[in-house]
Amino acid sequence: MSSPTPSSPSSAPKTGRVARWPDLLFFVLVGIAGVAVIALAFAILGILIHESIPSFRAFGPGFLTSTVWNPNTNQFGVVPFVAGTLITSGIALLIGVPLALGSAIFITTAAPRWMRGPVGTAIELLAAVPSVIYGFWGIYVLEPYMRTTVEPNLKTTLGWTGLFGGTPIGTDVLTASVILAVMIVPTISAVSRETLLAVPTAQREAAQSLGATNWETTRVAMLPYARSGIIGGIILGLGRALGETMAVTMTIGNKDAVPTSLFDQGQTIASLIANELLNNTGPLQYSAILEAGLILLAISLIVNAGARVLVWRVMKVGGQSVE
Amino acid sequence: MGATKMKVSGLTAFYGNKPAISDISLEFPDHAVSAIIGPSGCGKSTLIRCLNRMHETAPRARVAGQVLLDGEDIYAQDPTRVRRRVGMVFQRPNPFVTMSIYNNVSVSLRFNGHHSREEIDRAVVRSLEQSALWDEVKDRIDAPAMSLSGGQQQRLCIARALAAEPEVLLMDEPCSALDPIATAKIEELVSRLKKEYTVVIVTHNMQQAARVADFTAFLYLGKLIEFGPTEQLFERPKESLTEAYITGRFG
Amino acid sequence: MKLRFDRHARRKLFSHGITVASGLTILAVLYPLASILYESATRGGRVLFQLTFVTAVPPNGCSIIACKTVGVGPAIQGTLILIGIGGGIALLVGIPAAIFASEYRTRGLGRAISFTADVLAGIPSIIMGVFIYSYFVLYDPTITFSAITGGLALSAIMIPIVVRTTEEALHTVPNSMREAALALGISKWRTTLRIVLVAALPGVLTGVLLAVMRGAGEAAPLLFTAAGSNIFFQGLNYRVAALPLLIYNFAESPYSNQVQVAWGATLLLISLILIANVFSRYMLSRMVRKMSGGA
Repeated sequence: MSSPTPSSPSSAPKTGRVARWPDLLFFVLVGIAGVAVIALAFAILGILIHESIPSFRAFGPGFLTSTVWNPNTNQFGVVPFVAGTLITSGIALLIGVPLALGSAIFITTAAPRWMRGPVGTAIELLAAVPSVIYGFWGIYVLEPYMRTTVEPNLKTTLGWTGLFGGTPIGTDVLTASVILAVMIVPTISAVSRETLLAVPTAQREAAQSLGATNWETTRVAMLPYARSGIIGGIILGLGRALGETMAVTMTIGNKDAVPTSLFDQGQTIASLIANELLNNTGPLQYSAILEAGLILLAISLIVNAGARVLVWRVMKVGGQSVE
Repeated sequence: MGATKMKVSGLTAFYGNKPAISDISLEFPDHAVSAIIGPSGCGKSTLIRCLNRMHETAPRARVAGQVLLDGEDIYAQDPTRVRRRVGMVFQRPNPFVTMSIYNNVSVSLRFNGHHSREEIDRAVVRSLEQSALWDEVKDRIDAPAMSLSGGQQQRLCIARALAAEPEVLLMDEPCSALDPIATAKIEELVSRLKKEYTVVIVTHNMQQAARVADFTAFLYLGKLIEFGPTEQLFERPKESLTEAYITGRFG
Repeated sequence: MKLRFDRHARRKLFSHGITVASGLTILAVLYPLASILYESATRGGRVLFQLTFVTAVPPNGCSIIACKTVGVGPAIQGTLILIGIGGGIALLVGIPAAIFASEYRTRGLGRAISFTADVLAGIPSIIMGVFIYSYFVLYDPTITFSAITGGLALSAIMIPIVVRTTEEALHTVPNSMREAALALGISKWRTTLRIVLVAALPGVLTGVLLAVMRGAGEAAPLLFTAAGSNIFFQGLNYRVAALPLLIYNFAESPYSNQVQVAWGATLLLISLILIANVFSRYMLSRMVRKMSGGA
């Protein structure tokens, strides 16, 4: 705010003496805390990079293209886990986005007013459920159901697509994806709901006065307006799915290879770390696991940054165009 | 009336690199009401905020020149100390929303120095009496400040400022958010306050200046055009610009 | 004329169909929550009323068989200790950092802190665990698996939450309050702490509560730090139990009583988290009401 300068009359611009030492001390103390937060971020990056170096030196860019993960021969590549991560997150989006959007649309347009609060709260409570509890529920409730009902049906009806090979045992990529879908729906739904609510009433009224039905109003007046916010929410959900550990570890089957079908077992980067960080055959595997973690960090940082840009932009635009 | 309480000397105030007021020099007499008038954007608020060092709390704001309080440059002192001697009432009433009426008025006493409960009680009553609010709130002194009407809230803010026992009271368009009746109450109060304090009031309402102020300064585009006894400025202005403003030809 | 009427009716029917479909999605979305609550209540509810649920601890030098007697007592204690450490650090670092970012914002550092907190919030929690583990493996391997490292890992997750919610809460305090206080000659540090922070307190406390509840539910970062334990707290340098770790470890246990304990722990944990969530929501609405007009 101000800094000490010699008090000379009416010459250079000055701001006068700094307030007493308590203000300065306070400034320094909170400043240190702020610096600590930034230091934390750099420390995380630093340690991951430092520990990945042996692996990077051993495998170079081949790490990113190799599908081999063999502790016995000390050959490590990250492709199975990137594949696992992307497949599970992708299917989670495929299942979760329609559900999240549907519920957001219903709450903001069709639901009676009294429903909005409780349902909204319930959906946000879903977001608060810990990952490990979803995993536990997944093992004892979802998996049996998938194994006995859903997966055999999928095999008979959609088996021709080649996605559903092998015997369904419940613990597989598909089940893990379903759990992820359940976990990201609250995030996507909440952001979608907020962006839909931010659409100015004038837009809705314009469509309604033209004789549009409810759905047409939503489709023509609200969704396009809220589009980037909703996409931002979806990407935010994706970011969450990429890093989810416990629920996935407990349901995906933990096989270190690229899954050959949705009923196959697999492994994501997060579940790899959970399973093998402490049970590994040596420093090279440890370093490879950390390099995989570094890749996961990079992916989620990029995805989250993209999401924030989109959501931020829509909130800004929405705020400015209030009539 | 007579002695100079605050003297402004070659004052220029910047926002970033743009000067909002340039090279202003004038003297505010003690125990008098001085008004600052001028069209929107002429720098009235900037000027008054330099008098208690509030201007510099805005981002990238700077000041050049001198402001003397009783002969001493306020920019060479601890700003917190300056603000205790020079109090301010803002355009929109801003009582502390989470506090009661009593707590609002007593806040400066409770935070600055140690006072006994009796001292604080006495100060609160005195300040509320000075701002003509005591009779209306004496039965609900612990009620939330936000339960008062706009005009009452502004008088509460005046009481709060007075409780700090300043020597100068700055008022930045204190009535612009109020209805005519509340405005009249406050104008009446300002006339009484000059017995104990020096008052500087910014107003966009010329008639208000004519009603309450002993001295008036006319600002235009950041420069001081004229300053003098109110009667003289309004009836026999020295500058043609002043005359144009007063007769309503612009602003 | 008749044709137009049919087309309009079709549009309306379609719109109604969409409404029904989206209503069904709500059911699909809420089903897991209901199912989790129902299953944990039915499968684990009984256990909650047995004393051994809390007190059982395996005898010394337990063999594989004897180790199956475990209650949640150590886990509850461990979770409390871990969120105590993590929350304490998060408070001491996060709140001042947010104050800096909010009240001293014009310096670039303030914006950098907000940005960093946002970035940190998006980092998967397991990476935080890896971070702490790697650091201690390198620099102090003796306490790699301890309450200290567990607390640190949780604090890394809690700090961004505390910073963001505190910043938001400070942001809702109107600037006129700060100006009023400064103009009264109250110093900046007093203004910030006793006027601004006090006004923002419900929001700040809500944020802390949310952060703590998040920490209470995390298992991933604790896998390599606190590492879990079957016995009560031994000391800061030793491994410590935690409810989420217990659930994870017992989830696929061959002993049915351990699985049942896991369900009981699930019910316990989820009830706590849901209650805390609803409570914080209530506190937040109270703060909004207070800020916009009192009483």
